[in-house]
Amino acid sequence: MRLLSAFIVGMVFGTGIAISGMINPAKVLNFFDIAGTWDPSLIFVMGGALMTTFIGYRLVLRRDAPVIEETFQLPLARDIDARLIGGSAVFGLGWGIAGFCPGAAVPALGSGKWEVALFVAALLAGLWVARAIRDRQTGKGALA
Amino acid sequence: MTGFETEFTPLQSLAGGVLIGLSAVLLMFFQGRVMGATGILSGLIAGTAPGDRGWRAAMVAGMIAGPLLVLTVSGQMPAVDVPVSWPMILIGGFVVGIGVTFGSGCTSGHGVCGNARLSPRSMVATVTFMIACGITVYVIRHVLGG
Repeated sequence: MRLLSAFIVGMVFGTGIAISGMINPAKVLNFFDIAGTWDPSLIFVMGGALMTTFIGYRLVLRRDAPVIEETFQLPLARDIDARLIGGSAVFGLGWGIAGFCPGAAVPALGSGKWEVALFVAALLAGLWVARAIRDRQTGKGALA
Repeated sequence: MTGFETEFTPLQSLAGGVLIGLSAVLLMFFQGRVMGATGILSGLIAGTAPGDRGWRAAMVAGMIAGPLLVLTVSGQMPAVDVPVSWPMILIGGFVVGIGVTFGSGCTSGHGVCGNARLSPRSMVATVTFMIACGITVYVIRHVLGG
């Protein structure tokens, strides 16, 4: 049940990424290139996703518990610190360099393009290295 | 390195966005978790708890199946045009991996789920990575390469 629901959730996500155009780095980079070949499509991706999630979360979180697990596990961190802002700025830098964010790159693997596989390999290496550094700084820590 | 035009697709983008949101809602409904690609991948490579990798791998498989489903239904693979060189892909991927780990999330976790929960952390993170990405694209395309 958990595997099947996770697969279906992943497929809905991947289909959304594909249809929306988020899967295409040329389109994503053009969204940010307001001074050049601007393509505002991604405003609609974000708008559709946020609207749906905003409403859907309110309906789902009225329940006492999710279907499979016993409790909802919502992120608890509240501090707005240098780590959050610095990390996010570094993410934006990398996103602007390559044109892929993690949630777009994974579905893009389905295209079979070697550039995507290279990005995902580098992404996993970055995740692994950063986790190792973070765990050494803080002891063992869980990621939201 | 300047870009080339891409077609403005408000309806497909809106429909795709709704599906992305729906997947986040479904994950909350089934597993009570926020849908963040960073968290899914990070947990998959690190293994946060015994038996925790299976559903993550299933979700990644589903994500990859998404565009293949679109191919099957529409007869056309969605365009994936990579307008940057391979060293930039390599550097960009590594830098993204570092950034999302310390920033605790990316476009899906903060940008969609966190903002939908009206989390101040996610709002700050989203504004930060959007501005940083915009500046990076501007510098690469119009200062260095233009």
